[in-house]
Amino acid sequence: MKIKKNNLDKRSKYLRQLVVDCLLGGGRGHMGSAMSLIEILRVLYDDIVKFNNKDPKEENRDKIILSKGHGCLALYSILADKNFFDKKILKTSSKFDSILGGHPETKVPGVEASTGALGHGLPIGVGMALAAKLKKKKFNIYVILGDGEINEGSVWEAALIASKHKLDNLNLILDYNKMQSYGATKTVLNLEPLKDKWKSFGFYVKEIDGHNVSHLRKNFRAMLKIKNSPKISICHTIKGKGFYFAENNPFWHHKNSFTDEEIKMINKCLK
Amino acid sequence: MRKTCLDTVFEIAKKNKKVVFIGSDLGPGVLNEFKKKIPKRFYMEGVCEQAIIGLSAGLALEGYIPYVNTIATFITRRCLEQIIVDLCLHNLPVKLIGNGGGLVYAPLGPTHQAIEDISIMRSIPNMSIISPCDAVEMKLLMLDSVNYKSPLYIRIARGGEKIITSPNKLKKIGKGEILKKPNDHLFITTGVMAQRALDASIYLEKEKNLKVGVLHLPTIKPLDEEILTKWVPKVKKIVTVEENVLSGGFGSSILEFVNSKMPDQSFKITRVGLNDSFIENYGTQEDLLNENSLSVKNLIKKICD
Repeated sequence: MKIKKNNLDKRSKYLRQLVVDCLLGGGRGHMGSAMSLIEILRVLYDDIVKFNNKDPKEENRDKIILSKGHGCLALYSILADKNFFDKKILKTSSKFDSILGGHPETKVPGVEASTGALGHGLPIGVGMALAAKLKKKKFNIYVILGDGEINEGSVWEAALIASKHKLDNLNLILDYNKMQSYGATKTVLNLEPLKDKWKSFGFYVKEIDGHNVSHLRKNFRAMLKIKNSPKISICHTIKGKGFYFAENNPFWHHKNSFTDEEIKMINKCLK
Repeated sequence: MRKTCLDTVFEIAKKNKKVVFIGSDLGPGVLNEFKKKIPKRFYMEGVCEQAIIGLSAGLALEGYIPYVNTIATFITRRCLEQIIVDLCLHNLPVKLIGNGGGLVYAPLGPTHQAIEDISIMRSIPNMSIISPCDAVEMKLLMLDSVNYKSPLYIRIARGGEKIITSPNKLKKIGKGEILKKPNDHLFITTGVMAQRALDASIYLEKEKNLKVGVLHLPTIKPLDEEILTKWVPKVKKIVTVEENVLSGGFGSSILEFVNSKMPDQSFKITRVGLNDSFIENYGTQEDLLNENSLSVKNLIKKICD
């Protein structure tokens, strides 16, 4: 799928600013991996999932598991934006006594599962979806996977189980930015034909532009109506989206220092 | 012991609606009654240990109490990262039931011989370990396990062991028991090694006129520090016995505890267990135990040395 050159609106830029607050505050982080996720998380939290920031553990809430835990700066930003915790905390990211580490943990209000090691979120989500069925609860489970992450065999094990149990309360979202740590997914470990793979595992599959807010909204709403099978939205995204020098650049997958020049470039993109 | 363990899971599940059973690809007919009576809480999900552990974490995060069962080597080795991250980091009340702890699967070779499961599980924060010595003890500890709030590894022996514990005693996870009082010598055991230590102690009393005690710790982690603090200073010599490699195992945990809490007592302790090598032979469990330092004869020798 070809991704149109989406111009980022004010809210998308604002959420990216919050990610930059984390990055520059802590002096490090997975920038590229966070930036490809912004619109996905924005639409989920703005329009789709039921949550309660006053009582993050409320029983009937929907659950979002960020299985690609290294994208956590995007999750921290949307959770702060939704007042799960004070936005000032974002700047403490990765600091000694911060609640915000380089991978998300359940001590952060709103984080459903501690992730970071890849291939863990989907099996946990499958367990939650089975529990919801057992309890006859209506909540939905969203598991956000990275494309490099689905190299892990545990993802495909869990996919088989999800399909066996027809877990239609399980919604997978793949952040398909086509870059993993070393380089392009097609050269590190090719995933294609990806849509066919998920279909053959018994999933209802939709492909979508992962930066187009209105398309994402429409897609996630439509997915909720699909019954009797688990679902996956393959979201075509751009790693580092919104920062021309970082887009599709594996050297911006993770940064542990920023030069003055880089900081200037980052801030310029947010204007 | 294995049958008792699984039957007790069924018994618990009948009373507690939060209990679920998850198997990988177990033998035909395992827990048939459970499956028949409570099908919704019975899962058999195939040969995918990693996903099964994650799935059990998801169920536990939603308030369920999963009992997960497969062969000990598979449930400890294949899915170690899932155990560490999904279960222990989240500190969830998931029970892992490992069939064939130690050398039970002797003829099946090193892929099935759980020689280091105790060491692996011991090293993980929040993980607890039990290794009962007979079916009676297994049942009592299983009944206690349902209320245990953190991850628990349950090591199962071969089955058919002689009953050496009393069904009338109160058994709690974390508590040890003196099976035989010592004079100057003491075996400290876990799992079915309690049986061998008792055999050695009967021989030593009869043939050498030595009254050798047996302190049995069915809970390997957390250690029953109270009972160790009471008995370690009372004797002159201690031999720990385990069906596990010596590195990082049960004996190491006793040695570490004594070294840190009563360092002047450390010299008393000799550890007996498996060497730092894979087992090269097949045969029976008995054959392998006898060939690998765990014969009754060797236990007797270690006391007399």
